[in-house]
Amino acid sequence: MNMHDGMTSSKKHTILSVGRTIYLLLAVAAVSITALSFNTDTYHRQRAYGAPENDSVASKKAFLAAYEVLMHPRCMNCHPAGDAPLQGEDSHVHMQGVKRGPDGKGLYALKCSNCHQAENTPGLHMPPGNPNWHLPPENMKMVFQGKSPRELAAQLLDPEQNGGKTKEELIEHVTHDPLVKAGWNPGEGRELPPVSHEEFARQFTRWIATGAYLPDK
Amino acid sequence: MIRLTINHREQAVDAPGDMPLLWVLRDILGLTGTKFGCGMAQCGACTVHLNGEAVRSCVTRLSRAEGQELVTIEGLSPDLSHPLQRAWIQEDVPQCGYCQSGQIMSAAVLLREKPQPTDADIDAAMSGNICRCGTYPRIRRAIHLAARLQQEGGKP
Repeated sequence: MNMHDGMTSSKKHTILSVGRTIYLLLAVAAVSITALSFNTDTYHRQRAYGAPENDSVASKKAFLAAYEVLMHPRCMNCHPAGDAPLQGEDSHVHMQGVKRGPDGKGLYALKCSNCHQAENTPGLHMPPGNPNWHLPPENMKMVFQGKSPRELAAQLLDPEQNGGKTKEELIEHVTHDPLVKAGWNPGEGRELPPVSHEEFARQFTRWIATGAYLPDK
Repeated sequence: MIRLTINHREQAVDAPGDMPLLWVLRDILGLTGTKFGCGMAQCGACTVHLNGEAVRSCVTRLSRAEGQELVTIEGLSPDLSHPLQRAWIQEDVPQCGYCQSGQIMSAAVLLREKPQPTDADIDAAMSGNICRCGTYPRIRRAIHLAARLQQEGGKP
């Protein structure tokens, strides 16, 4: 082996090592960037919804928790199967023969706001109040009463049946609509829903954030 | 002072905003045609018109009526000429009479919104007004008669 050959071999070895190192660094960088981008995405999702996407088990579980609230009299009484609102913890048909009416605000002399004021009337079992007291309108009844978890979840996700709401708008509705929140300020003599409004909104949001899966039944 | 229009006349009422309108009408203004029945919006005896709607004055605060138009049974017509008043007299509807001003105020909203009501419309409008004497068949007849009188040119 002459001097020239020796030098060439060493140089080749150095070049190969540098090349390998560059490839290795590039590979590490690529993996890191990919991993970081996933992490960032997950971070945003977690910040927005509190859980990563597409987890059918978590999604169904979250809906079932929200369903307990949706089917509670404070929510369901204004989402009846018939054309009259419901009342009380046993969800009996509203006294006085009150009807839904085309806009959900009652009929003739029996409009909701004739008795239901902008705020709760003080006293035991007095009319509860809200400035926007109403049922869903006649052309989109949004019935909760009698719906299984699967049926109700499917209805809530269908813009043809949910008032044209996107998933984001559904979350906004259950989180911020004053009429939804009125369920947790029911007036004297009425039960509260089984969990707080914050917890309800959290579970509802989680249901959608984890994929909005329909429960099995 | 809270200002509102009562029976087409501006009034200033010196009362707290959370006082029920029924108290204002009966105890302060002496308009006793409107009755106290249950005090919790269950019976309809206290029905008056707030901007044309048949509100229950026992649970409606004075503050809700501020700057608004309120009409009681005394202001429905100046001379008992409203078709419902004429029909009520013709059909001799009242027995004890206690619930009747509320019945008429509710029926007036029905006739405005449905000038030719069916029996089902009458049920839908009037089932929240309770009559302890059970004058319901005469109330129904009188509303149908008032609808005819209104059509013939009586004041709605």
